[in-house]
Amino acid sequence: MDFNLVIAGEAGQGLNTLNFVLSKILFKSGFHIYSTKNYESRVRGGHNFMKIRFGDEKITAPKDEQDILLALNKASIEIHQDYVKDDGIMIYNGESYEGELREKNQDKEIFSLEAALIAQDIGNGRVANTVFVGVLLKLLGMNLKIAEEVLDEYFRRAEDIKQMNIDALHKGYEKAEVAKRRFEMPEVTPRDNQILINGNQAIGMGAAVAGVQFYSAYPMTPATGVMNYLAKRQNDLGIVVEQAEDEIAAIMMALGGSYSGIRSMTGSSGGGFALMTEAVSFAGIAELPIVIVDVQRPGPATGLPTRTEQADLLFTINAGHGDFPKMVIAVKDAEDAFYQTFRAVNLAEKYQIPVILLSDQFLADAEVNVDAFDLEELENYNGFISDKEAKNITDYRRYAFSDDGVSPMAYPGQLEDDIVLIDSDEHDEHGHIIEDAETRVKMVDKRFDKIDKLIMEDLEEPEYVGPENIDYLLIGWGSTYGPLQEARELLEQDGHDVGLLTFSDVWPLPIEELEDKIDGPTSIIVENNGTAQFSRLISAETGIMINHELVKYNGRPFTAHEIYEAIQEEVID
Amino acid sequence: MVNPEIYEPNRETAWCPGCGDIPLRQCLAEVLAELELKPSQVTMFTGIGQAAKMPHYIKVNGFNGLHGRALPPAIGMRLANPEMKVIVESGDGDTYAEGGNHILHNIRRNPDIAHFVHNNQIYGLTKGQASPTSEETLTTSTQPNGITQRPFNPVKFAIAMGATFVARSFVGKKEHLKAMMKAAINHKGYALIDILQPCVSFNKINTYQWYMKRVYELGDDYNSTDYHDAIKKADEWGDNIPIGIIYKAEGVPIFRDRHPQIGDRVLVKEKKHPREFQALIDELK
Ligand SMILES: Cc1ncc(C[n+]2csc(CCOP(=O)(O)OP(=O)(O)O)c2C)c(N)n1
Ligand code: SF4
Repeated sequence: MDFNLVIAGEAGQGLNTLNFVLSKILFKSGFHIYSTKNYESRVRGGHNFMKIRFGDEKITAPKDEQDILLALNKASIEIHQDYVKDDGIMIYNGESYEGELREKNQDKEIFSLEAALIAQDIGNGRVANTVFVGVLLKLLGMNLKIAEEVLDEYFRRAEDIKQMNIDALHKGYEKAEVAKRRFEMPEVTPRDNQILINGNQAIGMGAAVAGVQFYSAYPMTPATGVMNYLAKRQNDLGIVVEQAEDEIAAIMMALGGSYSGIRSMTGSSGGGFALMTEAVSFAGIAELPIVIVDVQRPGPATGLPTRTEQADLLFTINAGHGDFPKMVIAVKDAEDAFYQTFRAVNLAEKYQIPVILLSDQFLADAEVNVDAFDLEELENYNGFISDKEAKNITDYRRYAFSDDGVSPMAYPGQLEDDIVLIDSDEHDEHGHIIEDAETRVKMVDKRFDKIDKLIMEDLEEPEYVGPENIDYLLIGWGSTYGPLQEARELLEQDGHDVGLLTFSDVWPLPIEELEDKIDGPTSIIVENNGTAQFSRLISAETGIMINHELVKYNGRPFTAHEIYEAIQEEVID
Repeated sequence: MVNPEIYEPNRETAWCPGCGDIPLRQCLAEVLAELELKPSQVTMFTGIGQAAKMPHYIKVNGFNGLHGRALPPAIGMRLANPEMKVIVESGDGDTYAEGGNHILHNIRRNPDIAHFVHNNQIYGLTKGQASPTSEETLTTSTQPNGITQRPFNPVKFAIAMGATFVARSFVGKKEHLKAMMKAAINHKGYALIDILQPCVSFNKINTYQWYMKRVYELGDDYNSTDYHDAIKKADEWGDNIPIGIIYKAEGVPIFRDRHPQIGDRVLVKEKKHPREFQALIDELK
């Protein structure tokens, strides 16, 4: 059982705070929660909204249909009224256009609240949003205890403002007495070992936990959240976050850190990543570990800055000139984002290669509850030679040929009497420039030997969910995972035998599981881009042709129902 | 004393006989030796170009990266390891054209880096196109009608931007160049030396003789801490070209000072364990 709430208004009206506070209250009360952000590329005005879906079971996707609309301005009602269920409720600020509204929404309850006036009475117009929180909690039949705790925590630095907010909370709660409609909430109890986190935070946290000591980047929505996460904590963590002058500098700084022996990372969105590609290629030949996160937004070029898309797949896989090994991992949800970032940092160091993490705006901003990450199981891979080994080295070869292509990596200063030389030109084992044909071939082969090893030891097959025998095989990658999971369940409830295969590792492309599952069922690929890029990748790599391609490229994420309905109409009927 | 030979400054190079890079390398080896540094204590970051091949011709830790991009990775190392001597070596095209944005912002950062620009007023490696510092009278294969832009004045630019150490020197004056290099390496902050370095193959205007006739050393009476005097000096070019420390400011905070959370820590010697980070998780409960 789940409930859906949409909060809508203009940029600058405090939607973010309202969303945060409400989500936190619901989360702390014990609900499973999934909130998504929908915002425009402007600082004030326009139309923004956030959806909070919550219930007593795990939620993996957003929903279009809403039980409650909380409208901070008139436009919000006009835009969202059609999505509010007939037995839903619309709460809005002021009474100016009752008649017209009532006519259009006969069955819905329209609850008008003079939040601004109430807030003024309390002494601060800015607490109006907290009045709404009070109203909502009353409608949901919840008490104010947890809400007070959350406000207490949120405003812990400003005692007077805190008190005003608590007053506003109570005022809203009282006001809602007169509302006719109430919602039956399922019984839930708070769960201790859960956290509320979004995709960008998960990547930032994954990086910190993996021991990343340097993150350099240039701001670009929606990747900036990763930088913000680490920057805010840099003093506590004793790490450095540097805002570079451009994306070229950002990745080159990180590569300088990496060469110096510290774990370094950078990130951007597609356009910024485009500027980094020469350096990706450089990391390939210089064999420098680096993790680059591309939090995708729709392109081409500047595209839709605050919207979502999965259209950088083929670009990232092909990023960089020349032949060289790299790895691309598409993260599936916040939990995956954390563990995959941790893994990416380790694999980059183990194989001395660039590893690209693909996320997107949808995942970056989606806030969900997950089990607290388990740090006990995590172990860092140390790709550097030990100081003891370093002592005995007199003829250090940074690019020494080896069986698996991985050469012993030292950092400058580690070798007492020798040096560490890396190079973007083709080079010999010592790192010196060469032009002879034979060494060139050996070096190219050496670099690709590393990828053979990676495929053998570390490549992860996609996750499969579903019964053994199926009529339909859903295929997805990255952030469509959540909506696809729910869509699969909906199809199963209708009596269909459906399996879901979701890829995290997309390059090199793991093909065993795919080849195993593809024969027999009707295959349907679901992608948040216009040209079904992953479908093309699969056919290029394996010759497999997927039966149906379901794509979406309007800048918005998939909902589960949308996938479910499209499959019913286009595939099953 | 350290013997300059440990830097192997006589390695075979792909530079043309007579190239100004050759004496420059010799000076550098002698300076590093005189500063009692071992090869493992120095790291050189370069871009691409004839000058940028330096780490292959002198034995120090070397990062021979991308065209124009020598400064950013040096910043990465500067944060990771405060103990390392960091030198950036690059050409005039590498630094002032492709790397323009980086020099601009690294002056603002004031990192503890010595930056030696081999200014031959031409692109050597790509066989003789104009560089940002080329004379307007030059014609080249790609500029048959002459240069389309006025020459860039790196010294004036750096002073105006607030660089804390700006010098000019000439490879034909070895003792002078060595003194400048030493001062730059010892300077706490970003130290730029624009080094006049003849390209005997492609620059037929700015030859050894041309520079020899024009350069003069700044005397003891020159006050390098006066900004306005420095700007005036920076404008001198043509018949008389001043060499020496043109501007210097002491006591300006360096880049690492602005990161008190790392202090003097040598980050590369720290190994973190995932379990140290439980607080990050608890914060989101
Ligand atoms: C991105 C990129 N653009 C262009 C080049 C080609 N290129 C190599 S060196 C160079 C110019 C070098 O001139 P300068 O920096 O003055 O150094 P010099 O060779 O004169 O020492 C150019 C344009 C390159 N390697 N990479
Ligand atoms: S082309 Fe010019 S700069 Fe390059 S090695 Fe020859 S003389 Fe030196």
